[in-house]
Amino acid sequence: MNQLHLPLLEVAVFVPLAGALLARRAEPDRARRVAMFASGAAVAASVAAWFDLAVLRAFEAHDGVTLLGWLPGGDPFAVDELSAPLLPLAALIYFLTILATLRTKSARFSLGMTLLSESIVLATLATKSSWGLLLLLAAGVVPPAVELRRRGESRRAFVLHMGAFLVLLSAGVATQQFDALGANSEAIGACLIALAVLIRSGVFPLHCWFPDLFERASFGTAILFTTPLAGPYAALRLVLPTAPGWVLTLVAVAALATAVYAAGMSLVQRDARRFFAYLLLSQASLVLLGLELTSTLGLTGALCVWLSVGLAMTGFGLTLRCVESRVGRIDLQRYNGLHDAAPTLSGLFLLTGMASIGFPGTIGFVALELLVEGAVHSAPTIGMLLLLTTALNGVAVMRAYFQVFTGARHAGTIDLRVRPSENIAVLVLSLLILGGGLAPQPGVASREHAAEALLEQRASRGEPDAMDNAAAGESTATENTQPQFLPDHSSDRPARALVLQ
Amino acid sequence: MTIETALSIAGLVVVLAPLLLVLAFCTSALTRWTPSERTSARLTEASVLCGLLAAGFVFVGMLATGSRNVEIELGHWASVHGLSADDAYHFHLKFVFDRLSVPLVFLTFVLVGTVGAFANRYLHREPGYHRFFSLYALFLLGMVGATLAGTVETLFVGWELVGLSSALLVAFFHDRPGPVENGLRVWSVYRFADAAFLIAVVALHHVHGAGDFAELTGHGAWPNGEATLSSGAALAIGLLVLIAAAGKSALLPFSEWLPRAMEGPTPSSAVFYGALSVHLGTYLLLRVSPLLALSWPLSAAVVALGLATAAYGAIVARAQADVKSALAFASLAQVGLITAEIGFGLHYLPLIHIVGHATFRTLQLLRAPSVLHDYQSLENALGERVANGGGPQAAVYRFAYLRGQLDGWIYRFVVEPFLAVFGVCQALEMRWLRWLAGESSGAKAEPTAPDAAQKSEAA
Repeated sequence: MNQLHLPLLEVAVFVPLAGALLARRAEPDRARRVAMFASGAAVAASVAAWFDLAVLRAFEAHDGVTLLGWLPGGDPFAVDELSAPLLPLAALIYFLTILATLRTKSARFSLGMTLLSESIVLATLATKSSWGLLLLLAAGVVPPAVELRRRGESRRAFVLHMGAFLVLLSAGVATQQFDALGANSEAIGACLIALAVLIRSGVFPLHCWFPDLFERASFGTAILFTTPLAGPYAALRLVLPTAPGWVLTLVAVAALATAVYAAGMSLVQRDARRFFAYLLLSQASLVLLGLELTSTLGLTGALCVWLSVGLAMTGFGLTLRCVESRVGRIDLQRYNGLHDAAPTLSGLFLLTGMASIGFPGTIGFVALELLVEGAVHSAPTIGMLLLLTTALNGVAVMRAYFQVFTGARHAGTIDLRVRPSENIAVLVLSLLILGGGLAPQPGVASREHAAEALLEQRASRGEPDAMDNAAAGESTATENTQPQFLPDHSSDRPARALVLQ
Repeated sequence: MTIETALSIAGLVVVLAPLLLVLAFCTSALTRWTPSERTSARLTEASVLCGLLAAGFVFVGMLATGSRNVEIELGHWASVHGLSADDAYHFHLKFVFDRLSVPLVFLTFVLVGTVGAFANRYLHREPGYHRFFSLYALFLLGMVGATLAGTVETLFVGWELVGLSSALLVAFFHDRPGPVENGLRVWSVYRFADAAFLIAVVALHHVHGAGDFAELTGHGAWPNGEATLSSGAALAIGLLVLIAAAGKSALLPFSEWLPRAMEGPTPSSAVFYGALSVHLGTYLLLRVSPLLALSWPLSAAVVALGLATAAYGAIVARAQADVKSALAFASLAQVGLITAEIGFGLHYLPLIHIVGHATFRTLQLLRAPSVLHDYQSLENALGERVANGGGPQAAVYRFAYLRGQLDGWIYRFVVEPFLAVFGVCQALEMRWLRWLAGESSGAKAEPTAPDAAQKSEAA
């Protein structure tokens, strides 16, 4: 078993948890400092875990020293090539959100609950076992539900959808783990899990909770619940390795329909939050679509789009949130003309918006290119609909930019320019988006390794589509990427994990 | 150092000069350092001059060596090796200097340099001076990239940069709704033109098994390249390329974005919509001329679209009430003729026509404010209106004045039904959510999108 040099995963998970306990009863300024430190430490630990994994040249590694060795099945946390960049991405999303939260918003945006949510999300991304994932995904639903209750907003749509998600997920995992239905257990379990994933991912027509959450919860909480893409992560861990081909096809069709539908819906929204929700839904569906393509190209594209959507849409959402914290809820039916009052936010809005639609020079460009190529390999129609989706999203982003930042002269006398802490968030995001766009190959190569490993894992379970891919790869795989199967210590079912030497 | 190496280095400088200019403006934006007007102008001049001299060196080198095709290979920007050859992907960066790209890259540098010098004075102390020059740099990079592109991906990068900078420059005077609405219209047309272009590449991939640029542009140096597709495939893919070119060059039925684009500052109108970006579609058609040669129905469609656009532009230009719109439609008439020439299978004539027309139209557009001033002085001196030589007959005047209501038709038959469908979906979703939340039907009611669209249309 490969081991990280330090207990980095547990630091990434437990420091925010400790921060949540400390921040809960602290006065606002102290709570803010604690939150910044805890989320910053989580970013540092998760980035270090990624580098450590690269240094080990292993596909998967556990913490060298663990506090959780006493649990049944041993240490539940592991980092592999799939989750290695997702952990820092999620930690960064939280860190930037906390950094860009103004002091005036501390009463509405609970930093303690945010840190708790961060701890749960990082634990989810570091867990591979089915039951562990199920428990953590269930726990992840709690913070937004608590906030909706505190705000006195209706929780019904959210709770109904998330309840259905958890029931189906539990049923699916139980069916598979206990072989409850004999020979068909695997397939029926995969179907139930796939349905659960569709609900959690907000796939049409089970998506209504998604814009509703943005409308009722605080913008920060909604962003943090949706941008780490827990639904596609569950698909990656629970659906892709075991589901029959036809289930993946159905998921892909549903994801494609959602991408097109949400792109169209984003064009008719009047409220900026709902617009953002549909744009994110459309982009997140592209990730889900790519995951089901079961080709190296498609999967690599999906994993790259995942990173670009995570960064770009978080930046986009945070920019909208910054604007909203200055002028209130943004009405897209009228021109707000904020460009001259907040030029930095205007520039970042455009940059992140363009990155989200895969504009050249940004992190999303090559990612989307790969996804389209992968889709075309599967079926040209998918590629064409993908292009239509990005065209619609492009129009929607530009429309929103014009409505929010131009078309009028802002008459207010209050200084709307970004604060230093917000400026740091802006700079970090811009550098990552542009840096990833100008030098995409390291990210692409890392995602390609992960995609090949996933396909090998699927092939090892006898799925014919993946076997074709794997067979084709036998002659081309290079020595240092040749996969080797070892027993999985973290999984609670008789599966095999993959280690690259 | 061999002559080939020297040509490659010079070719690289042609591309790097505008790229460095864009990076300089990006850095200044990220560090929140605003350069002085003098610094911005000097940086732009230096970039244009470097690019122009390097392009000149390549041109002279090509003449001296008799080379018709200088390729600058920059390798793979990103690649996926895949588990099989079919599962591989390479983002290949390649630039090509040939008989088509060299004149156009020269034209680009000369016109951008000239108009940059003009804009330096025209926009002096304008609040958006730096924004203008930043977008201007982006446009220059896009034009150079698209013109010299040796792969589909490179062409698309340039194509997109031109689109974004154009839309934002149309909306340059962004504290008024008019320019902003027009900027959005231009962006929308560009986005769908881009989608059509990419769908053409996807279709090529499906038909041919690979989205190789050479299959679109033909194997061999321009204009002697030969495409190897079947006639039917060439027709289908060529029609998609024609839609992309129509969107970019404002051919029918997308023509109305051209006068809308004149909302931008005069220098950008001159160099973008009068000279360079309006010819980008015709450049694409010239580049894929081997494809046109494979299918006579495709060539016929290009000729028909070109002639129809030329006739439309010529008629409408005569009834426009403002000088920039009149020039825009006059420009469109010429672009239509160039398109028809390409459809007839000509190569050098449309190329010369593009260069001549772009240069002449830039001069006209830059002179337009002075001409208005001269007319006013003349009329003041005469004490009466100067006769304009007559316009079209009354029967066609209405059509010409209203520009055939092309935008109105597109809005009515494409945009409005689209928004209506999603407006209904929005209303149904809101109702469903209200029911789920147990709220009364009156709470948080939102008007449907078509209502708003009608209000905005009425306004």
